[in-house]
Amino acid sequence: MTSDHAADIDRHVRIYITVFVALMVLTIVTVAVSYLHLPVPMAVTVALLVATVKGSLVACYFMHLISEKKLIYAVLLLTVVFFAALLALPVVTHSSGYWIHE
Amino acid sequence: MDIPYTVEIRRDTGLTNGKIGIWLFLASEVMLFGALFASYILIRTGAPSWPRGDTILNVPLATFNTIVLISSSVTMVMAWASLMRGRFGTFRMYMGATVLLGFVFLVVKYFEYSHKFHDGLFPSTNNFLAIYFTLTGLHMLHVIGGMAVNAYFWGPGAKLWKTNPVWFTNRVENSGLFWHFVDLVWIFLFPTLYLL
Repeated sequence: MTSDHAADIDRHVRIYITVFVALMVLTIVTVAVSYLHLPVPMAVTVALLVATVKGSLVACYFMHLISEKKLIYAVLLLTVVFFAALLALPVVTHSSGYWIHE
Repeated sequence: MDIPYTVEIRRDTGLTNGKIGIWLFLASEVMLFGALFASYILIRTGAPSWPRGDTILNVPLATFNTIVLISSSVTMVMAWASLMRGRFGTFRMYMGATVLLGFVFLVVKYFEYSHKFHDGLFPSTNNFLAIYFTLTGLHMLHVIGGMAVNAYFWGPGAKLWKTNPVWFTNRVENSGLFWHFVDLVWIFLFPTLYLL
């Protein structure tokens, strides 16, 4: 194993520790915000925003997505499109008049 | 016949077969959990009233579990980094810690579930509990699955290190990708179910 390679891994490890600290801080932020009892739309926005930042940190650094091959990005792009369509279904159901009120 | 492209990079994909395989599997997992999240949104927005998670669920316990799972993601990535540095002993320590933290998560979840059952709160009680038990139950199965694979690489599977260290490192990286995904799902489940 070359010394360049070892230095590279050392740099990675420092990043992992930084990300770990950031994730801990953001977990505390999520819980702290919930005690403020914000109105529901605001609370949902803040919670999902913080969760998205945390999720991105895990995906980018722990899962190494920040430096991955093109094919994996392509697979994930397709996944994101279908995932968005899936989450849009409830919204479409509401706005299209198919929603049945009792 | 040997499994192809476990160590060498396939020229057309630029990846090992294991790597592309695990990512395709994770893509299908996104859709599995996505369907349940969509169901959650539909059930919640369609309900005349919806309880705040913290009026029913135990937030301090879930916060503790969030910290446990995030820590296990760090020990997992450190286990892989240890192999990249050629330090097998350190790998064993970090991998052992990852499995142990997964176990702690399960123990806490057991207490949470049994407390709910003791109070007469079941999946059939209401829609909130139905989606809570479905989502956390499915997630828990993933934790158990990830632990089984990680325990294998900590124990008998580690023999591969002696004969083919690069292949073993790739395997650990791939099981790590699954483990981080399980962590990622929890990062979204925790605020959605417990805090909103």
